[in-house]
Parts: sequence; structure tokens; C-alpha cells
Amino acid sequence: MEALVASAVGIMTAAGIYLILRLRTFPVVLGMAMLSYAVNIFLFATGRLAVNLPPILGHAGAETAGYTDPIPQALVLTAIVISFGMTAVVVMLSLGAFIEAGNDRIDLGPEENKK
Amino acid sequence: MSPALIAALPFLGALLPGILIRTGRSNTAFAAGLTSGLALLGLLVHLPEVMRGEVVQAQFEWMPTLGLNANFMIDGLGMLFATLILGIGILIIIYARYYLTKADPAGQFYTYLLLFQGAMVGIVLSDNILLLLVFWELTSLSSFLLIGFWKHLPEGRQGARMALTVTGLGGLSMIAGMLILGHIAGSYDISVILTQKAAIQASPLYLPALILILGGAFTKSAQFPFHFWLPHAMAAPTPVSAYLHSATMVKAGLFLLARLWPVLSGTPEWFYIVATTGLITMLIGAKIAIFKDDLKALLAFSTVSHLGLITFLLGLGTKTAAVAAVFHIINHATFKAALFMSAGIVDHETHTRDLKRLGGLRHLMPVTATIATIAALSMAGIPLFNGFLSKELMLEEAAHTVWAGAAWFVPLIAVIAALFSAAYSFRFIVHGFFGPVRDDYPHKPHDPNFGMWLSPAFLVVLVVLIGLMPMTFAGPVVQMAADAVVGGGLHMHPIKHWHGVTPALIMSGIAVAGGIVLLLGFAPLKRMWEAAPRPEAKAIFDWIVARCACVATWITSGLHNGSMARYLMMFTLASIAVGVWAWSGGTQGPATREMLPITPVALVGWVMLVTATGCVVAFHHNRFLALVLISIVGLIVSICFIYLSAPDLALTQISVEIVTAVLMLLALNFLPKTTKIESSRLKLSFDAVLAIAGGLGIGALIYALMLRDFAFETMSVYHLANSYNLGGGDNVVNVILVDFRGYDTYGEVTVLGIAALVIFALTEALLNGTASKKLIAWRPDMERGGDKHPLMLLVATRVLLPIALLVGVFIFLRGHNLPGGGFIAGLVVAIALVMQYMASGFAWTQARQKVYYHVLIACGVLAAGITGAGAWFNGMPFLTSDFGYFKLPGLEKFELATAAGFDLGVFLGVVGSVLLALGGLSRLARRAAVLDEEKGAHIVAEKPEAREVAAVSSVAYPEGTPLPRRWLKARGEGQ
Repeated sequence: MEALVASAVGIMTAAGIYLILRLRTFPVVLGMAMLSYAVNIFLFATGRLAVNLPPILGHAGAETAGYTDPIPQALVLTAIVISFGMTAVVVMLSLGAFIEAGNDRIDLGPEENKK
Repeated sequence: MSPALIAALPFLGALLPGILIRTGRSNTAFAAGLTSGLALLGLLVHLPEVMRGEVVQAQFEWMPTLGLNANFMIDGLGMLFATLILGIGILIIIYARYYLTKADPAGQFYTYLLLFQGAMVGIVLSDNILLLLVFWELTSLSSFLLIGFWKHLPEGRQGARMALTVTGLGGLSMIAGMLILGHIAGSYDISVILTQKAAIQASPLYLPALILILGGAFTKSAQFPFHFWLPHAMAAPTPVSAYLHSATMVKAGLFLLARLWPVLSGTPEWFYIVATTGLITMLIGAKIAIFKDDLKALLAFSTVSHLGLITFLLGLGTKTAAVAAVFHIINHATFKAALFMSAGIVDHETHTRDLKRLGGLRHLMPVTATIATIAALSMAGIPLFNGFLSKELMLEEAAHTVWAGAAWFVPLIAVIAALFSAAYSFRFIVHGFFGPVRDDYPHKPHDPNFGMWLSPAFLVVLVVLIGLMPMTFAGPVVQMAADAVVGGGLHMHPIKHWHGVTPALIMSGIAVAGGIVLLLGFAPLKRMWEAAPRPEAKAIFDWIVARCACVATWITSGLHNGSMARYLMMFTLASIAVGVWAWSGGTQGPATREMLPITPVALVGWVMLVTATGCVVAFHHNRFLALVLISIVGLIVSICFIYLSAPDLALTQISVEIVTAVLMLLALNFLPKTTKIESSRLKLSFDAVLAIAGGLGIGALIYALMLRDFAFETMSVYHLANSYNLGGGDNVVNVILVDFRGYDTYGEVTVLGIAALVIFALTEALLNGTASKKLIAWRPDMERGGDKHPLMLLVATRVLLPIALLVGVFIFLRGHNLPGGGFIAGLVVAIALVMQYMASGFAWTQARQKVYYHVLIACGVLAAGITGAGAWFNGMPFLTSDFGYFKLPGLEKFELATAAGFDLGVFLGVVGSVLLALGGLSRLARRAAVLDEEKGAHIVAEKPEAREVAAVSSVAYPEGTPLPRRWLKARGEGQ
């Protein structure tokens, strides 16, 4: 199981990195979403993996085996919501830039950079 | 009055001018003066205790772990300086009231002045060097505002920048020195440091600390070679110059030397660095001052010279020299402030400060001439005035000082400097006020009104009184302050005029006579001075600044070329490099955990995830397809969470997935639908290698982590054990969010709200800016669907709305004990509302939306904050939650927790933020869309009462709404 999760995190990270290195806003936003998935699962997995042990006290069958680590879950929960806020801001910025400038490149041309 | 309050009063008073300036300048000046007066009164109440040698203290813990405490104290030295700062401050406030013209923003002036005054008082009353450093930097900043007060003058701006650069850099050096000093002494409290003389002077770090601290003190007190900023700061209004350069800013460096005198002085390093610097500064300042034609420039260089004199005395390291230094600080403050103010009066009345254009003013301005003459004679060191007494003490000290085995060196330099000093003082008097009355002044001068000469006159009275009866008017104060400087046990010799024919008297005589001779031969000397080449400090300073700016621009433009792809590439590369470095440097323990078995379901999920991820990369040029594919990834991530015992995460992830998809679709409405391939094959391969390296690293790291147990017992054990007892909830994740780590959550909801507001602001900017026209002219680049408001969707969403809202409430309520809570409930409700927007259109839904989303966000943050603050009434810290169990008849026992109020805040914040963010994008789309979309959104229900055709008016349904055929028939419109 751990091997599957680790390889999935690795693959999603690689995909995310590749996409953020593109030159247009939309792939970069997709890449950041991809990295968010990878990072969220990474953080979650630092609490180690467990099946059928949710951190709900009094859960059936949990008395014997204990519970999984709740702290990474709490952190990741807020991270998911915040990453939505971040994505929304970035999307809005890229949209505004596209409407104002007429193209969706993420780089400034040499002319624009001098301004 | 507490020393802390004395230091705080000017800062509080700085708020008054802004309020009062509309009622007139006199009221503003009065309020500023009153504040200073109150602070002075509060200070002088402590005078008797401090005179007895006691120290008044006030201590507040600020950041005790850093050693930074807000400790204040009033000792003899602090008392003297604070009195000078506040007392001369009041005189300056009165003087400035008449000096500033109607065009000057007097309110700003008094605000800056009081800020500066507060910072200075803070320095002299601090009992903690870190606190002192804070005030030290504040003086640099507030003096910048004061020096550059006349913003329209380029000299003012340049002078202010130069002063800030030099004193600011010195301040940085001093911070380093002070930290070393505190490190050696083991405490940052001055009263403790002052007891550690032996330890400090024995430390190998003594010399670095000394040099760094002197760097701060010398720049502030304009000692050679940092003296050049002071004359340029003369571009300030004269009240500022008088204040900064007589009693306050430049004396801060001297104060610091005096403050640390007990622990730093007495070593050869101290003597050779401090005394020599002082001696050179005294000579150079005096020499330049003679040849300056501008009254204020002459006074500025004389200030440099006198600061050098005091530095020299402190550098000698003997107790008698310290007494002389303290005495001269008082004397210099009195005569120099009076001289500056006189120069200001001359400038104000004649509209020039150029000595070549002045002369004969004693006939036209007798009062000013008298004041200026007395003060200048004191500066020259003429008997019966206070300047003579302290200069005698200085010469006496100099006469006995042996410098590197040469007994003649110091007395010689001191005499020459004193001679120059006499010369420029005489020149100030003779060229300014004596001689025949001229008829070519730029403005016909006469004595100013009473308010303007009151302050300098008061100071001149002090000059005479101290000069005539030094032991009566200054003796006790000098004794008090000097005692604090040398660290107690001082026995002061009485200060008097006649000691017999001593070396000092002979040297004084030579200086005065030489000064007169120099003035008689001034014209040829001036020609020689003009002809001789000399370094121009401002040119050198400007050159250095320009070179630094060049280097900075070169670095910035080299690194920051506007290519974001390059920054991201550098960032990735650096992260990978750091990872490799950490990997190669560390060792890895053995794996301690068994792998969980791989189930077929998990394997299927993994295959889908990897395929979808690969497809996103492969097909990202088709943006819609990529969006669909990445949503698959999100869904499998949610399923992964639920499989791995994280139901809360799964619920959150799946709801966020939905709103993100809507968000991206709204954005794609405008953005191009495809991405062109722009990079070369080489660049693509390089990016791929980089991506694979990064992915491998992260994958390997988490794999290694998951196969090992925790190195330490985690905090989760505490949370699991106490979730029910302390938080009253079974769902540990939710209890952590709303209770154990409530502060984090509070911050996160606030951040989310800010993000939504940012989006709102961006939308507003786009809708109201030039982009608006582009939006109106927008034509969709894709074919639109036929029916904007499909009937099935319309009906389904409206039926679903109450159900979805109920689900939201349910998830919210059960959140404390079962998966759910404010975050998830907020997302669910937001989705329910977004569905209405999608099906019925933005305008239709918005018209039925009674609450602004900004208000929801505000209510959310407020609800969370108020719940948190509620704990105070219970005597608990912020965000401590409470809960209890209640029984109502007919219901089961149920629990009420204050955390629910906090969770409600989270809920409202999330709903408001999500909808405000999506609403912003929708408004853009609406501006671009063809108008009148609304009509399709109405469903006309066939209720019995609706069959009355007469009730249907065109007002209720917009033109073109598809109405039931029966109605149309009845109206005679149908076929």
C-alpha cells in the first residue's frame, strides 16, 4: 500500500512540476492543482497509513487497533480549503491579465520587462 | 510619573496635531507644547530622588525569551538628557509656531517633532539595549521626516536621504555591537551590563563590540569621517536644525558613549579610537566652519567641532574629563540652540543667511543681535559665559594628556581647534551684526515679534547665569549626571573662573587672541581656502550611492528578467539540489513498519490515478480535456482519503473538487481553449528530466517516511486522549480544528475571506477599468449550447436546494462527533447555491439573494472571534472552549459546545468566500454576455390560482418568458 501511495505522490509531483514549467497560465494553474494534491497526500501520509481506523472515538472495532493520526488530517483539511482560495486568486489574476493584455503568457517580453 | 509614561507621552501627543490642525496653528502648537510640558513635569517630579542618586525604574516584560523587555529607568544621565530634550523641545515648539509660514503644513511638523521627541526620550530612558535600539532607529526615521520636511526642496530631500543612510547604517552596526555586548554580559538590561566591566573588557569580543558600537555612535554624532551628513541636514527648517543639532539627534551618540562609559572606557583601545576621533573632528569641523558663508552651515560645522570636543573628553576616560564632558553638553545645548534660532530669525527677516550679504544688523535688530552676540561669545570661550568654563576644563584635560608618548600633540591640536572656534564665533558676530548698515538686504529687516525671540532669549539668560554662577545653576545637575556617567562615587571639584595662571588659561588666551588675528586677516585666507583643492563629501557620497545602485540594478535585472517560467525552474532546481545535498549528508535508519497489503481495489484506484495524471500531462494542450482528467485525479484522491481512514478529508476534497471545477470552467469561458506547443524539444526534455527528478525525490522521501515509526511520541496521543474530555467531541479532527488548534483555523478562515475579497477587488478593477470595454466587445470563441436554462436542470436544482441545505445543516451539526463540521457544511451549502446560479443564471439568482457575501465573510470571522473572546469572560485564554450536556423534555440528552459557535463562523466564512470568489468570475462573464438572459430562468408554476390570466402581468414576467400556452390563448396571442 505504502509503495502505491508513494509512487502516486511521486508521479503527481512530477506531473505538477512539468506543468508549472509551461509558458501559459492555464497549464501552470493545473500544475499547481496537481502539486496541491501531491503535497496534501504527502502531509497526510506523514501520519502513516491505516485502514479502517478513522479518528472518531468510539468507532466500532477501534478499541483494539487504536486510531490513525488525526493531526495531519486536520492540517490537510484546512490546506485543501486554502488551496481552493489560492487557486481562485491565481485564476482571477491570470484571467485579468489575459483580458488586459490579450495573451495568457506567464513571462514578460523583454520590452515589457523594461517598463 | 512612570518613566514609561514619560517616554510614551510624546508619541500619544503626536496624534493631537492631526486632529487639532483644523482649529488653527496656535492650538496645535499649544497641544504639542502641553504634551511636552506634561512629560517634563512628570520627569522633574523625580528630580529630588535622582539627585540623591536613586534610580527610578519601570519594567514590563515584552519578549522575555529574547531578553527584550520594556524596561525604563531615570538615572542622573537620563534625567539630564530628558530634561534637555523636553525643555528645548518646548522652546522649539514655541519658536516654530512663529517661524513656519501659513503655507507650511504645521500639523505634520508638530507630529513629526513629537514623534522624534518621543524616540529621543525613549533612548535616554531605556534600561534595555534592545529597547534602546528600537528607539534609536525611530530617531533615524523621524529625523528623516523632519529634515526632509520641505519636500519641494531637492536639498531637503537629498539631505534627509543622506542623514538616513549614514545614521541608518551606523544603527545597523550598533545593533551588531549591542548584541555582542549583551552576549558577553549575559543580559540586555543596561543596569546589569554596567556591572560587568571586568568581564566585558576581558572578553576577546570586546574590540569588535567596541568598534561596532562606536560605528553607531560616531555616525549619529557626526564624528569624522561621518561628519558630512550634518551640514547637509541643514536644509531642514531652522527649528528642526536647532532641535536636532543642539540638544537631541547628534547628542544621542554622545549619550550612548556616556551611557556605556563605565564598561567600555579606560582601555587603550577606547582612548586611541574615541579621543583621537574626537580631536580630529574638533579640528576639522572648526577649520571648515571659519570659511562657510552660510550662517547655518557655519553653525553646523561648529556643531561638528563641539561634538568632537565632547567625544574627545569622553575618550580620555578620566573622571574629571567626564565631568567636563557633561558640563559642555549642557553649555553647548544652551548656546547652540540660541544661535540656530537667531540664525533662523535673521533668515526669516532678511531672507538670506549669506554672511557676505549681511552686516550691520545690530542697528536694525538690536534684540536678535544681543542674543546672538552673547551666545556666540559663549561659543568662542570668552570669560563670564558658560562656554568659557567648559572649554577651560577641556583645555586643562588636554594639557595633561600624553598621546603615544608625545606630550605636545594633544595640547597643540586642542589650542588650534579652540583658536579656530574663537575665529568663527567672532566672524559670526562681526560679519553678521557689526559693520555699517547696508541698503541691499533682500528684505528690510527688523526685530521679530516677541514669540520668536522668547525661546533664544530664555536660553541666553541661562548662558549668562551658568557663566556667572556655575555652581549654583549647573553644579548640582553636573554632579548628578556625571556621577551616573562614571558609575557613582564621584567627588566633583567646584567649577569656577579663576584658578590662577594655569596652562589652560594661557591656552585660552592664545586661542582668543589668535581668533581675533585670524579674523583680521580673513580676506586673504578666504582666497587661499577657495583656491585650495579639497574633497567634496557629497560628491563622494553620491558616487558611492550611485555605484551601489548600479550593482543592485545589475543583480536585480540579472536575476529578475520577467520570465516566471525561469523563476519556477530555478526554484525547482534549487529545491532538488537542497534535497540531494540533504540526502547525501544524512543517514537512514532501518525500516521499522510492515507494509500494508495491497488490495485489488487500491490497485485499480492507483492505475486510474496514474493514467489520469499521465493523460493530464499528455493532453494538457486541450484544456477542457485536461480539466476533465484532473477532476478524475481529484476524485480518486478523495476515495484514497476515505480508504485510508480520513472521512473528513474525503468529504472536503470532493466538495472542493466541485467548486474548483466550476471555477476553472468559468475561467475557460474567456481563456483560449488550447495551449500551443511553444518550447523546443530540448527544453521539453529538460523540463521532463527536472520533473522526474523532483517526483522521484518526493516519492522516495514519503516512502522512506511511511516505512518508519515516529521518532518521538506525537502530539496526537494527547489529542486522542483528551478530545472527548476537554473538547467534548468524538471527531478528533474536528475538535482539533475548532478547539485544540482553533487559532490556526481562525487565521485560515480569515485568509480565505481575504482571498475572496482580493478576487472581488480584482473583479471591480476589471469591470471599471479599460478591460470593461474589451469585455463588452467580447465574442465567444466557441459555439454556445442551445438552451441556456434547460428545464430539467432548472426544476432539479430548485427541488434539490432545500434538500441540499438540509444536508448542509446536518453535516454541520454532526461535525463535532462524526465526519463533518463547518468547513464541509460550508462547501456543501455553497455548492447548493452555485447550482442555482448555474441553472437559473447569475442575474436571476442574485436578485433573490438577500445577503451580500461580504457580509457573510465578516459575520463568519466575527462569529469565530466573538466565540473565542467569550472565553475571557470565563477567565480563560482566547479560544478556550466549553461544553455541557442538556436535557430538554421530549428530546434525548444533547450536547452544546461553544466550539459550535466557532464552527458556525467557519461555516459562514467558507460559504461567503466560495460564493464571492465564483460570483466575481460570473460577473465578468455577465458583462461579456449578451444581455437579457434572465427570461429563461422563470418557471411558471401551474398552480390553480395561477390560472387566473388577469393576474399575469408583464411586470411579473419579463418580455419573452415562455408562458403556458393556455394563458397565451386566453390573451389571444397564441396560435
